[in-house]
Amino acid sequence: MTPSSGSGRVSGLDVARRPERKPGRLGMALVRASAFLTVAVLVFIIGYVLVRGARVLTPRFLLGFPEKMGREGGIYPSIVGTFVLTSLSVAIAAPLGIGTAVFLTEYTSEGLFSRIVRFGTESLAGIPSIIFGLFGFLFFVIRLGMGWSILSGSLTLAAMMLPTIVRTSEESLRSVPDIYRETAYALGASRWQTVTSVVLPSAVPGIVTGVILAMGRAVGETAAVIFTAGSSLRLPGSIFDPVRTLPVHFYILAREGISLENAYGTAAVLIIAVLLVDFAAYYTLHRVSKRRSVTGR
Amino acid sequence: MRENPGEEDRNSGQVPKVRAEGFSFFYGKVEALRSLDLSVPENSLLTIMGPTGSGKTTFLKALNRLNDRVQGTHHTGSLLLNGEDVYGKGVDVADLRRRVGMVFALPVPLPMSIYENVAFGPRKQGISSKKRLDEIVEKALVSAAIWDEVKDRLDSSAEKLSGGQQQRLSLARVLAVEPEVILLDEPTSGLDPLSTMKIEELLRVLSRSYTVILVTHNPVQAARVQGEVAFFYMGELVEKGPASSMFVRPKDKRTEDYITGKFG
Repeated sequence: MTPSSGSGRVSGLDVARRPERKPGRLGMALVRASAFLTVAVLVFIIGYVLVRGARVLTPRFLLGFPEKMGREGGIYPSIVGTFVLTSLSVAIAAPLGIGTAVFLTEYTSEGLFSRIVRFGTESLAGIPSIIFGLFGFLFFVIRLGMGWSILSGSLTLAAMMLPTIVRTSEESLRSVPDIYRETAYALGASRWQTVTSVVLPSAVPGIVTGVILAMGRAVGETAAVIFTAGSSLRLPGSIFDPVRTLPVHFYILAREGISLENAYGTAAVLIIAVLLVDFAAYYTLHRVSKRRSVTGR
Repeated sequence: MRENPGEEDRNSGQVPKVRAEGFSFFYGKVEALRSLDLSVPENSLLTIMGPTGSGKTTFLKALNRLNDRVQGTHHTGSLLLNGEDVYGKGVDVADLRRRVGMVFALPVPLPMSIYENVAFGPRKQGISSKKRLDEIVEKALVSAAIWDEVKDRLDSSAEKLSGGQQQRLSLARVLAVEPEVILLDEPTSGLDPLSTMKIEELLRVLSRSYTVILVTHNPVQAARVQGEVAFFYMGELVEKGPASSMFVRPKDKRTEDYITGKFG
C-alpha cells in the first residue's frame, strides 16, 4: 500500500503547488450550457413520446390483441414477445460474457490468445446491428432452420450484447483488489473457489450494470430483430414462434402509416419499460454498494 | 550462514519444521534470496528482520508458494516443510497453503460477515455441517483473542471492525484451517501500539503450539517478541540467533548497524 499512498501525496503536493486558476466565465457558461442541453434533449424526447403516447395508454391497449394490423386494438403480444426475447438473450449472453471475462482476467495472463479473444469481442462491438440481423437471418433462420423465431432473435441479440457484457465484467473483475485473491489462495482455496466465492461476488455490482446496459440496448433493437424474430402479430406459444417486438411494431406502424397514435403508444410503453429496468438496476446497485461501502475500494 | 553442528544437536532426532538448503529465489534475473540456509524447529517463533528488499516476504511467499502467481520466477536449492520439498513434484499447492497459513501486512477482511470470513477456509475444504463450523469458528476466534469482542455480531460485516480487530480476525481465519506453520508479513505495520501489543502477545502464545514465522522491518519488534531472530539483508541471511543475545552482542557489523538504527 505504501506506493499508492506515496503517489497520492505527491499528486496532492502538485495540486497545491499549481497556481490557483478559476475557470473563465465564458468556459463556465459553455460547460453549463452543454450539460443543460444534454438533459434538455433527453427530457424533451422522453416527454414528447410520453405525452403523445399517453392518450392511447389504456388497459385495453396494454392487454389487448392488435386488430387490423395494429390500427386498432392493443399490443399485448408485442409486450410479451419483447420480454421473452430480451430475457432469453440475456440468459444466453450473460453466462457466456461473464465466463469470457472470468477467463480473460482470472485464467490467462496477457498473451496472444487473450489478446485475440479481446480483439474479437471488441470488434463485435463495432459491427452495425443490421449486419447482425443479416448474419442471424442467414445463419440461424435459414442455415440452422430455426426460422423467424424468438430463438433466432435471441441468439442474434446475444451476440450483439456480448461485447458490452465482456468489457464491463472484465473491468469490474480487474477492479477487485488482488489482495482478496491472495488471501483466498493463502487459505488453501483453489482458483475456482477463489473466483466463485470471493472475486465474482465482489464484482457483482459492475457486472450487473454491464448486463443491464446491454439489455437496454437489446430491448430497443430493431434492425437485428426484424430479420430474425420476424414480425408476427400473434402471441408466441414457444421460443420457436416468431414475435413482433415493441420497437419492430413501432417501426412498422409508423413506416407503413398504419397508426401514428398507436406507434407513439408503443414507443411510450418501450420507454417506460426501459426506465423501469434502469431504475430497478440503480436501486439494487445502490443497495449492494451501500452494504459494501467500507471495502476501501 | 552455514548450519553449525551445535544447532543440529539441539534438535537431534527431529526434522526441523521448516528448512532452507541453499535456497535462492529469482524474479526474472533478480536474485531476491541468495543461497539461504535456515531451519526453524517445530513450535517455535522465528522473527525475520530486515530492511525493505531484503527478501523477507519472498521467503514467506516461497514457503506457501504464493510466489507461483508471479510470472517469470524460479528457484534453486530446496525449501523443506517437514523434510519435504514444497516445490517437489506432486505437491498439492492448495493443501500446502492450508498447512502454511499467512497473515498479510494490511488486514484483509473478505467482503463477507465475520463468521463467513473465519468459516471460509474450512468451507473450501468441504466442511459444511453448521455445528462443526460453529465450533471451528468459535475456537479460532478464541485463539485469536477476539471472540469476546465479536461474539454478539458474528453476522455483521467484517469490514466494520477496527484495524487491530481485522488483523486478529485474519489470524483467526488462518487458525481455522488448522495450519502447521503461521507466516506473518509485517502484521502490525498499520496498527496502533495497543493493537500491536495484543498481536505480539498472541504470537508468543501461539508459538507454543504452532511454528510461527514473523517478518518485520522493526528491530524493536523483533526484540520484543523474543524467540529466534534472523537478520536478512539484500537477499542474504546475515546472522541468526536468540533475540536475547543478538541484540546484546550482534556478530555482524551490518546487524549492529541495523539494530542501532544506522540504516533501514
